[in-house]
Amino acid sequence: MTPQLVIFLVLAAIAIAGAVNVILQRHPIHSAISLISVMIALAGLFLLLESEFIAVVQIIVYAGAIMVLFVFVIMLLNAGAEERTNMSRMARYAGVPLAIFLLIELAYQIGAAALSMTPQPLAEDVTRRLSMLLFQDFVFPFELTSILILIAILGALVLAQRGESVPAKGGPKTIT
Amino acid sequence: MSGNLAQAYAPLLIHLLVALGLSAILLILSSLIGQHRPTREKMQPYECGITPVGDAREPFDVKFYLVAMVFILFDVEAVFLYPWAYVFRELRWFGFTEMLLYILILLAGYVYLWKKGALDWNPSKTQRDRQT
Amino acid sequence: MNDTIARSILVVSLVKVVVLLFLVLTAVAYLVWFERKVAAHIQGRWGPYRVGPHGLLQPLADGVKFLLKEDATPAGVDRFLYFSAPLLTMTLAISAIAMIPFGPASIHIFGIATPLVIANISVGLLAIFAITSVGVYGVALGGWSSNSKYSLLGGLRSSAQMISYELSLTLSVVGILLLAGTFNLSELIMRQDGYTWGHLPKWNLLNPTFPQILGFFCYFVAAIAETNRAPFDLAEAESELVAGYHTEYSSFKFAMFFLGEYASMITVACLASILFLGGWLSPFPQTPGLDWTRYLPAGVLAVAGVALIIHGVRYINVFGRIALPVLGVILGALSFLCSQPGVIDDIQGPFWFLAKVLFVLFVYVWVRWTLPRFRYDQLMRFGWKVLFPVALLNVILTSLAVVMRK
Repeated sequence: MTPQLVIFLVLAAIAIAGAVNVILQRHPIHSAISLISVMIALAGLFLLLESEFIAVVQIIVYAGAIMVLFVFVIMLLNAGAEERTNMSRMARYAGVPLAIFLLIELAYQIGAAALSMTPQPLAEDVTRRLSMLLFQDFVFPFELTSILILIAILGALVLAQRGESVPAKGGPKTIT
Repeated sequence: MSGNLAQAYAPLLIHLLVALGLSAILLILSSLIGQHRPTREKMQPYECGITPVGDAREPFDVKFYLVAMVFILFDVEAVFLYPWAYVFRELRWFGFTEMLLYILILLAGYVYLWKKGALDWNPSKTQRDRQT
Repeated sequence: MNDTIARSILVVSLVKVVVLLFLVLTAVAYLVWFERKVAAHIQGRWGPYRVGPHGLLQPLADGVKFLLKEDATPAGVDRFLYFSAPLLTMTLAISAIAMIPFGPASIHIFGIATPLVIANISVGLLAIFAITSVGVYGVALGGWSSNSKYSLLGGLRSSAQMISYELSLTLSVVGILLLAGTFNLSELIMRQDGYTWGHLPKWNLLNPTFPQILGFFCYFVAAIAETNRAPFDLAEAESELVAGYHTEYSSFKFAMFFLGEYASMITVACLASILFLGGWLSPFPQTPGLDWTRYLPAGVLAVAGVALIIHGVRYINVFGRIALPVLGVILGALSFLCSQPGVIDDIQGPFWFLAKVLFVLFVYVWVRWTLPRFRYDQLMRFGWKVLFPVALLNVILTSLAVVMRK
């Protein structure tokens, strides 16, 4: 086994174990922590593909920004540990077979695709190539993201301010 | 991963593992050496000597959520600035114009947040008047 | 890559990592001593004086005491998170330093030439930011898992503050990236080589295209807030929150938060010196009139050594009368070593780098003991309404200057 393969297997194991743990943990904050470890393992996988910039951005944006919001929201709602219920009949008779089928299908398709793919030679400076692509060939989608973010800003504000106006008097006291 | 990249990142991995190991050893060492004499009062959360009232994990202000949300959005903007700065010398005026447009669109959102008072921690006087 | 070469590189980097971590932890311990001394003198006190001459053994005593203290875990904590929060904080804080280059020269370990940096990666600057961005969880989870109102509030406030100022921190360096066009920290330093009008160094702070004064201001303020230090230490505002997110932590777990704070202080100071102050570059051009500046490292050490000996022989107790002159002699020997032909060129880089880092650290401590603490609403308003637009303005102005100049 080459070192790359060992590193890949370790990172993949962390990512899968973390993802499974997200579902299995009963307290949402533990699920969030598992999700962070998945994000970091994914960054490692990007690094293995020689995309240093993507790897770092994966950590900065997903692990460092989006998951902070998740953790904040869990604290904000003060969500306690979830209660386990018995699996519904629908889930048992339709969900489980479908999930197994999906797994087999995915494994088959990815396996078939991986065999027919040949690795492409990488650019000399991957970060530079990526940047040039983003700012020359994909200018329009890039500018569109700014409008997308603008809409998200408006949405965040509307959501937050609606929550604020409700407990005007006599509502639940909140900590600032 | 090619040899060069592995050569650059293997030391970083070693550093992370040694740092983690060192911290873990210190943590375990202190719990082994330190004495343990728990009493009921000592184990209570500290509230300046008064018996704790209620649960600490109360719901808190929605503003923290808003700050985190706005942070993500502008952080995505900042992340776009990095590759742009990396190749800026090649993009020249074209790069300047496209980023100026991008920043101006987001600045509209920023001004909106400012006007709506989302960037103020305490509600301004006019907002308080409106609420009561 | 050949297997034996690979293995020897691993051994060499392991040696480097262990040495660096030892140095960093020692530096952190003495930074605490330094801060207490400076604070004391600012307030007209003596500061640590009892343990060793001038309190020089105080860090050691503190460390031993932290280890021996009762390890109290309050009831009702989330044990897993309660223990991982300090672990995470300290691990990340002492890991970010792996990307910092300390000098241009190479050192030889087991006959293999290796640079004065552990991980010389092409996205070094971003990797440091990635590590600091994950550091928020140490604070947030430490506060949440303690099951104490003060901790929760401190953790929340602190993490909201850290993410708000992280934005300005990341924006403040974009100006430098525009000027240099690289993320690698060693290359960022080398791009600042040269002198305007023959004398003024071309450090990014004084860059002839567009001086990064606004950027430096934003970086400096945001870095103070990012490391949770006064005047932005709202997380541990003892007058309202006891100790903030680490109220419920005792023994070495508490010390780990502390070590983390001081280690990240060293990291941001190193980064400030690399990004804005020319890193390891000397402020003096090596022209015939100024080449005596090569002897500055030896000179500074010699003066410090002689002063220590003169002061030491008159110290108030016997231990000090022996220890301080011995320390002075060691410094004198180092000074002699630094003036030798084979060493003098290698020592320039690390000397100037450490001098700048020490200067930035001193300003940090100075600021902490001079300015009163901000109120939380003032802090958030300053971060979002002043620092963020100023950092953005710096980006636009710098890019305009760069594009107009070419």
